[in-house]
Amino acid sequence: MVQSEKSCCGNAAREPAAACCCSGTSGPIPAPAIRTTNSVITGKDRWDHFLARWGVNRMGRIVLPGLHRIGNPTNDSPVFASANYTLSFDALRSALAGIDAWILVLDTKGINVWCAAGKGTFGTDELVRRIQVTGLFKVVSHRRIILPLLGAPGVSAHEVTRRSGFSVEYGPVRARDLPAYLTTYTATTEMRTVRFPLADRLVLCPMELVHALLPMIAVAVVLYFLAGPVAGLSAVAAVLAGTVLFPALLPVIPTHDFSTKGFLLGAIVAIPFAAAFARAPGLSGISQIIAVLVPFLIIPAVVAYLALNFTGSTTFTSRTGVKKEIFRYVPAMALTASAGTILGIVLGILRLMGMA
Amino acid sequence: MFDSYAENTLQYFPEKCINCRRCTQVCPHRVFAEGKDRAELVHPRDCMECGACAKNCPAQAIEVQSGVGCAWAMIGAALRGKDMDTECSCGGPEGSCCGGETPEETCSCGTEKRDP
Repeated sequence: MVQSEKSCCGNAAREPAAACCCSGTSGPIPAPAIRTTNSVITGKDRWDHFLARWGVNRMGRIVLPGLHRIGNPTNDSPVFASANYTLSFDALRSALAGIDAWILVLDTKGINVWCAAGKGTFGTDELVRRIQVTGLFKVVSHRRIILPLLGAPGVSAHEVTRRSGFSVEYGPVRARDLPAYLTTYTATTEMRTVRFPLADRLVLCPMELVHALLPMIAVAVVLYFLAGPVAGLSAVAAVLAGTVLFPALLPVIPTHDFSTKGFLLGAIVAIPFAAAFARAPGLSGISQIIAVLVPFLIIPAVVAYLALNFTGSTTFTSRTGVKKEIFRYVPAMALTASAGTILGIVLGILRLMGMA
Repeated sequence: MFDSYAENTLQYFPEKCINCRRCTQVCPHRVFAEGKDRAELVHPRDCMECGACAKNCPAQAIEVQSGVGCAWAMIGAALRGKDMDTECSCGGPEGSCCGGETPEETCSCGTEKRDP
């Protein structure tokens, strides 16, 4: 630490352009606080990343905004911008092993770079403000700042240059490509392209599952008591198919739309349950047909809905397309799921009345 | 079979292009490629409407209605009776696909004071 005073406030008071709620505080004006970090990812960090992937205490994963030094940077060392979300910041600092640099952490409210850029919090205003608040122009002699490529949706490079004097360079998508990028200060087409490989998809599954966990357990318990263990299991299977199997199989499921992919996957998952219900004792005629129809009506609708909700986690869906999907398929999902539920209730009544 | 992603709102006006190549640098899906005198729109269907090209084009040669293609956020907004186009649940109080709750901060000072 350069100063024991860690607040940005005093510094902000010296920079009239930077609006800050505590700029009115009196007292001596401290120099900008620069924190020291390193490139080591400890076991505790890894545990922390694991918990973050499960959605545990996500807002506890905030890095302090401002300037951080890594290694022994001089006034000539490169400056990298990052978000104040632990996973973003840790990806950057671990990629900078053996490199002396400055890291300018923007206040993105604990949200990762790409999502924050989409929202505008990783944006032109915050970048310009953070450059001024930290007094970056006194820390480094050059006027160049390297941004993660996925920060570009929120930042207007020419606007930043006009307002702060710093030129913006967009680096690679992935922090791990930074050492290669730094040899020429040029991002290759490969470094600039976002992908969505199996590992990147699987790491999102816990979060998808956590979102659907409570309703899944509730429905499974209710079905268990009303219709038996196989029916209870079908609820678990539908949710696992939508939140784990679907992300894993995304590129290999035929059709282009997420909803139709989900309907397809759900229909396959429904087959064993329909077979099991068809063989249930005491069913005949119409009630047997209903028992086969119910899983085929409900499970594909549930998987398709969960599949559609995965769009926000992917790296390539446009809003225009997702909106089209919602209007095109959500009514069909609601309709088939309702029809299946009503038929299931009819089947239950038939059995209660001893007619099945 | 339907392809909901066949069209998007990306518009390119090549006559305004000053060939600065920013769009080719910021697009994560190689939608634009470097051309001889101006950028070339080579894969318009791959556009995810993130808005990076339009925002970084100093000549306003690109227009796109940028937004996040997130059904979670849009369905949530529609159910709450809010505008599907402007709502983003990320960081909203109900938790979301990419953020979770956000403490209301008008200024970074509050955060920094909590530094142990």
